[in-house]
Parts: sequence; structure tokens; C-alpha cells
Amino acid sequence: MGPIAPIVMSVIVFAGSAQFAALAVLAVLAAGGGALAAIIAGSLLNLRFVPMGIAIAPSLVHRHVGRAARGQTLVDASWALASREDGRFDVDFLLGATLIQYPAWVGGTVLGVPGGAIIKDPNALGLDVVFPAFFLGLLVPELRKPGAKLVALLGGAVALLLTPVPPAGLPIIAASLYALTGLRR
Amino acid sequence: MSATVWITVGGLAVTTALIKAVGPLIFGGRELHPVLQRVILLLPAALLAALVVTETVSGHARTVTIDARVAGMAAACIALIARAQLLVVVLAAAITTAVVRAVG
Repeated sequence: MGPIAPIVMSVIVFAGSAQFAALAVLAVLAAGGGALAAIIAGSLLNLRFVPMGIAIAPSLVHRHVGRAARGQTLVDASWALASREDGRFDVDFLLGATLIQYPAWVGGTVLGVPGGAIIKDPNALGLDVVFPAFFLGLLVPELRKPGAKLVALLGGAVALLLTPVPPAGLPIIAASLYALTGLRR
Repeated sequence: MSATVWITVGGLAVTTALIKAVGPLIFGGRELHPVLQRVILLLPAALLAALVVTETVSGHARTVTIDARVAGMAAACIALIARAQLLVVVLAAAITTAVVRAVG
């Protein structure tokens, strides 16, 4: 793969975990026919954006095209930060938070392409815990919501159990089903 | 190989845009049913917990791998209990992971 494809991917896909998943499949299936499997792997990881999109929908006052466009601002961190105690979403905050992250993500990819040749093992710097530690920091304030502690505990447990089970993305989708405990009461 | 990469990039761009648009398009501008609202309220906790776990333990080819990342995440927990800023939490995790890897 040349240096351009990862950069273009960050520009037009802008969904980190899906990009990694698709590239991982491509790396394994270097032979023909890998594209479909890679697209499916990435899309499965992205399926969580469907309920996340439903969550922000009532807070959107725009017409169709505007709503679809605002949907493109969905990113895990922005979405979690934009969620309010009452269950509504600050959609302008969501837009702003994503607009800040977008150049950082693309810029980071541009730096990473030559950087990968210089830094032989980025994990030696502990870079692989940056995202989970960041998500943990976002999780803590969410736990104040009623019932959220149990949901997080069960969601985390099922994600751990299902990590070895294909396809990629299954642990995340299965864990999010625990939010359905909100149906009770 | 090159064509495969570009088909993947293009295809994933299209599916990602559609997946992100579907919720706002179908449910936009309407109030959600109160029951669905309660589910939505719990969704961040479930999603974030799953992301934390999978990104801490997943190794190559979907194996569960316990390594220095766990020490880093323990450091993140301590930083969070001490009410540290998010940047400090992330740095504590990365530095701890790097040190444990270098020593171990």
C-alpha cells in the first residue's frame, strides 16, 4: 500500500476503529476479493453509529439534508461529550468537537505515514493505551446516570467474552444491547 | 492490490456516511418514545465500557491478550480516582504502559 491511501482514507472515512479493522483485513487477505471483506469488517464496527444517530436525532432541528450532514459529525468521543444528563444532545457542541478532531486525525495520519518508518514500534511508547484510557475518562461521568454502572459492567464483561468471536465489531454491538435494560421500569 | 485498497477506501467511505446518516434521517426532529429515551441514556455507558475493554485486551487475530496495557489502564484508574485531567489520565496510561514494556 502506498502512502496516499491511508491519508485519503482518513479524509473521507474518518472513523478510526473501522479504518483499522478494514486495514487489518486487507493485510491478511492481500489476494483479490479482500475488498468486500474489509468493507464489511469496517462497516460492522461502524454499526454503533446507528443507535448513536438515533440518540442525537431529537436534538436536530434541521431538514433532511442538514440532518444527514449533522450525522456525519458522529465520532465516539464527541458524541459522549455532547450527551447531557437529561438524555438530549448538544449538537452544536458535537459539531465543534468533531471539527477540532478532524484536522487532528487527518494531520496525525499524514505524520504517521513517514513516522511509521522512523518509529519501529509505536507500542513501545504506550500509544496503544491512548484510546482506551481516553474512553475510560469519558465513561466515568456517564456512570452517574441511574442504572449506568450495571450496564457498563455487563457491557464490558460481554465485550471481553466476545472479543475472540468473529466478526470484528460483534463485542461492541452485543455490549450496546445492555442499554436495553432501560426498557424496564 | 492497489485496486483492492482503493475499492475498500471508497466502499467504506460510502457505508460509513450512510450508517451515520440513517438515525438522524429517520428519527430526526421528532421526540423519541420515553422508553427509547431511557435506552439512549444508557447507551454511552455500554458503548464506552465495551470500547475500553476491547481496546485494552484485544491482540492480533482477535485473541485476548493481557499485557502491559492492563498496567497502563490501572494507572489511568488511579489518575481518575485522583480526579486528574483527561490529558493526565491518558499520559499516565501511556507512560506506565511504555515503562512496563521496557522493563518486562
